[in-house]
Amino acid sequence: MTEVLRRYGPVLTGVILLAVAVWLALLVVLPQLMMIGFSFRPSLPPSKIGGPEDVFTVRNYLTLWTNQIHLAIFLKTIWASALVTATTLAVCYPVAFYLAQVAPKRRLPLLILMLIVPFWINELLRTFSWYIILAFNGPLNALLLWLGIIDEPQRFLGGDGGVIVGMVYVYILFMVFPLYNAIESLDRNQIEAARDLGAGWLRIHRRIVLPHAKPGIAVGCIMTFMLAAGSYAVPALLGGPNSRWFTEIIYNWFFEGGNWNQGAAYAFILLVLCIGFILGAMRLFRVGLADIAK
Amino acid sequence: MTAARLRRLLTGSYLVLFFGYLFLPLGIMAAATFNSSRFPTVTPWMGFTLGWFQALWEDQRMWAALGTSLLVGAGVIALAVPLGLAAALLLDRLHNRARTFLYALMVSPLLTPGVIVGISTLVFWREWFGVSGGLFLTVVAQSSFIAAYAMLLFSARLERFDPVLEEAALDLGATHGQVFRRITLPYLMPAILSAALLAFLQSFENYNTTLFVRGLDTTLTVYIATKVRTGLTPAVNALSLVLIALTILGAVVYEILRRREARRQAGSAVALEAT
Repeated sequence: MTEVLRRYGPVLTGVILLAVAVWLALLVVLPQLMMIGFSFRPSLPPSKIGGPEDVFTVRNYLTLWTNQIHLAIFLKTIWASALVTATTLAVCYPVAFYLAQVAPKRRLPLLILMLIVPFWINELLRTFSWYIILAFNGPLNALLLWLGIIDEPQRFLGGDGGVIVGMVYVYILFMVFPLYNAIESLDRNQIEAARDLGAGWLRIHRRIVLPHAKPGIAVGCIMTFMLAAGSYAVPALLGGPNSRWFTEIIYNWFFEGGNWNQGAAYAFILLVLCIGFILGAMRLFRVGLADIAK
Repeated sequence: MTAARLRRLLTGSYLVLFFGYLFLPLGIMAAATFNSSRFPTVTPWMGFTLGWFQALWEDQRMWAALGTSLLVGAGVIALAVPLGLAAALLLDRLHNRARTFLYALMVSPLLTPGVIVGISTLVFWREWFGVSGGLFLTVVAQSSFIAAYAMLLFSARLERFDPVLEEAALDLGATHGQVFRRITLPYLMPAILSAALLAFLQSFENYNTTLFVRGLDTTLTVYIATKVRTGLTPAVNALSLVLIALTILGAVVYEILRRREARRQAGSAVALEAT
């Protein structure tokens, strides 16, 4: 801290500390704590807040166990997000490896730009493009009919399948960049050496590239899972009443059920799920927080 | 055919498939803008039209939503960029555990689902200050995580900053304020511009967080989502096409600037070594 003071002087140091305190306290930490505290209190009309009925309770959390529909949606959100994560990883790994190790240097800037451009395009618009593709009268049905794979148009929208397909598309770029960054730092000579020593390509990937790419895999999986589990736009656009996502239940508690305390409890459960996934991924891939937040 | 050629062929086809997968949906969405069908689709093709751009132009609520988005974006730039800058300046001078702890805290909003950022902001400001959802809360909620992006950009640039410059100026009798204004800030200017651009884009496209804190205000992204669900016409495609065109333009300009900057840095490093 003395070094901060020495470098910036008292006035500037004061301004810096104040700004950081405002950000972290008022915008990050206190709201989270408030939300958690809020979730342990019953939903009461304003006149009864602070009264004898305003007590600590875990009832809002028990709701998830007693409400079978909500529990099923919660579990679906977990496995579907895991499926989205695994699919994006499988699809992106070859691309990331090619770009990082194989692609000729002069072609690389263009290829990277072709990845960056869709990455910058609004998530909602990328979701919307699949709304058109999957529509009842849309091009996918037309194509499948023309190929003779189906006899009549199918309903792709409004089900879990459409939501998962959409999520893979929308979040795939959050997987490809961390993977690319990790594999790119691998010395090409290591692969050459392994090949010279007679290792097959499967062995090279299993023993050299994959272990080296671990931090990238961890970051990609964490980002993709978090975005999928916390997604509202994709299920709202591509899903329907029968394919609700956990975030939609949370939204309904706030703006249709009018029970904010209950909504806060569900939100905290979602947060715990994501933190659990982050810690699990860090353990599994043996990476620290410093590797992740790069 | 040799094994190497086969592998090259497989790799090539996979890449074509992958990039096709990335761009084809956007192409279909764009093409549907020009189909004179009432519902946005490319099958069947009912004839070419530019009418949906006209419909978009006359959509008053779209313009209102765009205005809201611009306002929110400006607010986020004004709040998140200074916060991120302050955070990076502080981190740059810390080393030990305090730095690790603060760093983790600062990037934590990026690892939190957007809906939770929105919810916690909504609950906190209502309970403590009696403020309900609207423009102000939207700016605050978005800034809480966009400031982290800004911090990362500033930190990356500060890492390459030579503190000897500041030392020298201080030794020569400059005040701390002068050093900051004349040396640190000019050095950080490119990062300030990129941070502002990134903050604006992040704010403009945000949906999950905004949804919870917007109150009765409608940003353009929220407006598009509402239109898709109730009253979808190809005018939404026209709007998407315009936004995508602007985004591509922005992304290309941003990349060119970034690469030129990187080249200049590499160049000056070489020049420095040569002297």
